[in-house]
Amino acid sequence: MSDHHTPHPEEQKLLPGDPDTTGHSWDGIKEFNNPLPRWWLWTFYATIVWAVIYTVLYPAWPLVNGATPGLLGFSTRANVAEDIARFDAMNADIRTRITEVELASITPDANPDLYNYAIQGGAALYATWCSQCHGSGAAGVQASGYPNLLDDDWLWGGSIDEIHYTISHGIRNEDDLAARYSEMTAFEGLLSDDEIAAVVQYVRNISGQSADAVLAAAGEGVYLDNCAACHLDDGTGDRFLGAPNLTDAIWLYGGTPEAIEHTVRYSRFGIMPPWSAEASSAGRLSEDQIRALAVYVHALGGGE
Amino acid sequence: MALEGHKKIETNATLLLTLSFLVVTVGGIVEIAPLFYLENTIEDVDGMRPYAPLELAGREIYIREGCYVCHSQMIRPMRDEVERYGHYSLAAESQYDHPFQWGSKRTGPDLARVGGRYSDGWHVDHFTDPQSVVPESVMPSYAYLSDTVLQPSYIVDLMRTHRLVGVPYTDEMLENARADFIQQATDFGDPGVVARYPGAQQRDFDGQPEVTEMDALIAYMQMLGTLVDFSTFSPEQAVASR
Repeated sequence: MSDHHTPHPEEQKLLPGDPDTTGHSWDGIKEFNNPLPRWWLWTFYATIVWAVIYTVLYPAWPLVNGATPGLLGFSTRANVAEDIARFDAMNADIRTRITEVELASITPDANPDLYNYAIQGGAALYATWCSQCHGSGAAGVQASGYPNLLDDDWLWGGSIDEIHYTISHGIRNEDDLAARYSEMTAFEGLLSDDEIAAVVQYVRNISGQSADAVLAAAGEGVYLDNCAACHLDDGTGDRFLGAPNLTDAIWLYGGTPEAIEHTVRYSRFGIMPPWSAEASSAGRLSEDQIRALAVYVHALGGGE
Repeated sequence: MALEGHKKIETNATLLLTLSFLVVTVGGIVEIAPLFYLENTIEDVDGMRPYAPLELAGREIYIREGCYVCHSQMIRPMRDEVERYGHYSLAAESQYDHPFQWGSKRTGPDLARVGGRYSDGWHVDHFTDPQSVVPESVMPSYAYLSDTVLQPSYIVDLMRTHRLVGVPYTDEMLENARADFIQQATDFGDPGVVARYPGAQQRDFDGQPEVTEMDALIAYMQMLGTLVDFSTFSPEQAVASR
């Protein structure tokens, strides 16, 4: 800052009508002493007053053991609990009814309002909890072990009650003792390479795919001795054991010779979490939500 | 005149800095200092424990890969978030996080309660090729995590550092850290990890015999948000204690 008593060579000239200056001068530039606009000043004072009111109404000042709660008793946690309770109350009637009727009776004809609620609610629940594995369009992930829910091929049963059970307890998880469970033997080391090659061709053959006829014929005995106990003699599988039907064109882990060989050698062990809060501490969905989901999945196209 | 007083401050850098510091200090005293002594800052909940060594290593990988840039770990107390992700996050659930992983943007979903939501196999598939299971995802592949075998070389140092900033790792935990690190993903007969870290999940997370970065990250994923026993937590109590 220069000394304003010594005139700068390019001293700023004041014009008639200019306001007073502050007396400061920087390199000859002077500073007008303009007052703040009134509207600005009063807005500023208003914000100070509002800040004081706000700290009285809302939780604010820290004290020794807590903070001042504020006259309005505002609490985000109480608010969210209230909000959830409000929606629960609004849906209480229909949510109670959906848990009381027979699942099979939730149809467009018998219970149109319940059916509509289940389809709409089930779609939202599906997008939130199921789509990550079964796909947002419910077509699963082919050949990666995430089942397609749109077709009529069911590993554990496609009736609405079976679907309800699967959603509630999941598959092969450690959290729920009632989870559906089966474990295919890994035949690596139990069968010779030749036997595995033969049975792979046999499975290719019964599923209607191109196969080496000689190997396939040799594989029949291997199949009947080792596989038929679960997949049945004709290869149509057993839903009680979650043993897939091998004769159709639908594959959970792929139907190429390589994929089938991998399955025979190392087995597969797909896991689905349990969703029922009643059945396991890991569960996250209430009974009415699971019922809505069961109706939704059943209606996707392949329900029995 | 007021302007003369102003001039004293504006022409004296030391005075200006000192007074500025005092003004800022008031904000710190009111907003930050109380968090260190107020009893209701961190809720009193059952189930919280420090991270097991493998989980802690997974957390380091989470930070290294910048997961926090696209994923938050903070379920806010709003109905839509609670319905989508589960119970809103508690401060207690971040008490052993240094630094916390709340994040500030959700390109991907919140992960605060991702534990147990998917199978280990799904996580492997998803980290290896996210689009294979979620075609609409924009997440990049982290397939290389399966290729890096992890040794617990620095795990004790890491835990010691965390202890330095207040995480209650005991001497017993430090002594067993290397063994716990390996055993959580390989030796399921030894109950030591679960005894020291209640609720720890002990299994082969990535399906490979070695302990890889994939194991560590999935171990971390699968425990996120699973520790607090919400049957003993009531929001009314938390509100009443304010």
